Amino acid sequence: MSEKHLKKGNEAFAIAAINAGCRYYFGYPITPQNEVPEYMSRELAKVGGSFIQAESELGAINMAYGAAAAGGRVLLSSSSPGIALMQESISLIASVELPVVIINVMRGGPGIGSIQPSQADYEQVTRGGGNGDYRTIVFAPSSIQETADMIYKAFDIAEEYRNPVIICADGMLGQMMEPVSLPPAREPVMGDAIREAKPYALTGHRWERERHAINSVWLQQDLLEEYIDSYWPKFEKAERELQDWEEFMLDDAEIVFVSYGSTARITKDAIQTLRKEGIKAGLIRPKLIWPFPFKAFEKLGDNVKNVVSVELSKAGQLMQDVKMAVEGKYPVSLINRYGGMLLSPDEIVERTKKLLEVK
Amino acid sequence: MSEAKKIFIAGFGGQGVLLIGQLLSYGAMYQDKEVTWMPSYGPEMRGGTANCTVCISDDPIASPFVSDNFDVLIAMNAPSLEKFEGNLKPGGELFINTSVVHIDTKRTDVNVHKVDCNRIAIEEVGSDKSANMVMLGAIINVTKAIDLDIMEKVFDHVFTGGKAKFIPSNLKALTAWKPE
Amino acid sequence: MKPVFEYTRGMREKQQHYCPGCTHGIAHRLIMEVLDERDALGNTIGVSPVGCSIVAHQYMNIDMLEAPHGRAPAVASGIKRVHPEAYVFTYQGDGDLASIGTSEIIHAAERGEKFCTFFINNAIYGMTGGQMAPTTLVGQKATTCVAGRDPKQAGFPLRMSEIISQIDGAVYVERVTVTTPGDIRKAKKAIERAFNVQEQKLGFAFVEILSTCPTNWGMTPVAAIDWLRENMIPYYPVKQFKCVEGV
Repeated sequence: MSEKHLKKGNEAFAIAAINAGCRYYFGYPITPQNEVPEYMSRELAKVGGSFIQAESELGAINMAYGAAAAGGRVLLSSSSPGIALMQESISLIASVELPVVIINVMRGGPGIGSIQPSQADYEQVTRGGGNGDYRTIVFAPSSIQETADMIYKAFDIAEEYRNPVIICADGMLGQMMEPVSLPPAREPVMGDAIREAKPYALTGHRWERERHAINSVWLQQDLLEEYIDSYWPKFEKAERELQDWEEFMLDDAEIVFVSYGSTARITKDAIQTLRKEGIKAGLIRPKLIWPFPFKAFEKLGDNVKNVVSVELSKAGQLMQDVKMAVEGKYPVSLINRYGGMLLSPDEIVERTKKLLEVK
Repeated sequence: MSEAKKIFIAGFGGQGVLLIGQLLSYGAMYQDKEVTWMPSYGPEMRGGTANCTVCISDDPIASPFVSDNFDVLIAMNAPSLEKFEGNLKPGGELFINTSVVHIDTKRTDVNVHKVDCNRIAIEEVGSDKSANMVMLGAIINVTKAIDLDIMEKVFDHVFTGGKAKFIPSNLKALTAWKPE
Repeated sequence: MKPVFEYTRGMREKQQHYCPGCTHGIAHRLIMEVLDERDALGNTIGVSPVGCSIVAHQYMNIDMLEAPHGRAPAVASGIKRVHPEAYVFTYQGDGDLASIGTSEIIHAAERGEKFCTFFINNAIYGMTGGQMAPTTLVGQKATTCVAGRDPKQAGFPLRMSEIISQIDGAVYVERVTVTTPGDIRKAKKAIERAFNVQEQKLGFAFVEILSTCPTNWGMTPVAAIDWLRENMIPYYPVKQFKCVEGV
């Protein structure tokens, strides 16, 4: 085990991103993710990278588009309304198959909303908040160790799939501190090395190859349909290969909670209390929320009486995927808070008991 | 799974509330314990209220968020005492910074520790700059959440550069308070 | 026999979609000629906008990408961070640069970005079919102001070169036109100076090119040239606003 550091989630994101070889960061201040741009503004230049405080989230995502097209390893971070503002270009970046990593430190919405933790961007990040047919791969860390580990992996996944990858955290994970082992530093691909490592990148053709045109306008609709067909198999591959989840006290569970991110931690606390009181509860925690871990639900047996989505969203955004996953086999309920309010372990315990009484 | 020790520290911004919590967290980490530190955050960054929760455990901590049932409450100012004393669990440890707090707790079912941080810091260390370290020492002394010995390593890590010169006085401040 | 005029290798041999009499073709060619003359075509990355010139990357023989509407200066800023030694430029129309993209162009200038922007001002939205642009003149007819632009309702046209020249990070700002052979030669000079600024990393360089849109103006190409000279130049003076030493 490497040395432990005490870090905020936002700091761990930034450090692990640099260690993963990220050298380009573009951002705009918004609470609760400001430690990311602050860290990057101090540290990137020291390792030969670049930081720009953009004029807006629109500016930031489009700087990222340019840098990714040029072959850079690029990170962006923002919070819910800022991510909404980026959606046009997230769609465009997906459409031209470029890798970027985007951190969303979620806060309460809709609108300008609150600055407290929330999970009401589930649909925004997993359904592709922008226009058209594309997907974004979405990691959902639950600890500070996972913020570091997941962002480290996210850059490789983004480049393997040539697609935007979102790390969906929330205000709690961004702000809390926890011991973390930081991943080792890797050498970035920069300058002329990009020409060989990333043949798709814009580097100037040097008369050695055809000129590259990165293009997302298709005035002939039949060609666009063909083009979408050409990249869609990678999303099917992601659905086969990237599903990932944690199981907690699941084997004999009669009540199966489904929860991700910081809320999953609180749910674990509640499960232990419920177990002490003789209620057999367990947890499926998606580590990625797209692709959703449908496979995790295949093994649920007849002992399961209830499946409960525990999330920070009024609409039960996660619950919609849970309903698809259980295919009508079990009743699905919702335990939630929203707007920036958090669930406490006690509230989950109480509301679970109430659910059981009603049945 | 053992219960996490839940410590809640509240006061004015600028009283070192977040720092006390971080130093406890470093201590726990260096003793290979599980620990989480969770601050309040928002627009009140200067002169407003600040608080943080520290959870320390031998096992992974599920929730860094604690709204009630604190094991330990540190009230660095009067509004914090009034607002949060009801959330301390019966038999819990209540630390009151009597340099600033001139009201009494309503709780009779908890262990009260009055710490005159500023006076002790001036008399024992020579500067009220170490007032928050006096409180930190009192917390460690009473709760045994971490070992006092680990704090030298913590200070070496946290107080670097121009702050390194405060390490001796801060270490002295840790043992300046004596239980009544 | 020595040829007196050739296809520049900066332009791909493709039939362009621009309307007869449109001056995009001239502007494209001038930029490509300037880059070719300094043997820079192989080390250039261009950014095309949304608008008629969205497919400029089909014509220019350089690495190129399309920006979302108005965002070309932000995209170019990102490219320039990864390849600081490459020539980078944006090519933007008046809807793209002066309406939806004002934030990006102002802040690229403010940061003193080391790329060039070529701003095609033809006072109309061409690709979408002739709607009023931020640079449409008072009284000029468009499909969203059929009686002519009324300043009481639609305000006044923006003079972008004047605005950009107020920003310290923009060190070279010139407005040119391409309506006569002499003007075209002057425009080429301006483009050369803009790339000199970039090569010497002196700051942001901005060249506005007053252009015609015969189709949406409802004129013949020749009448459009005359209209530009009689109406646009009085409001948008053709001149150098700012020039840093040594270019």
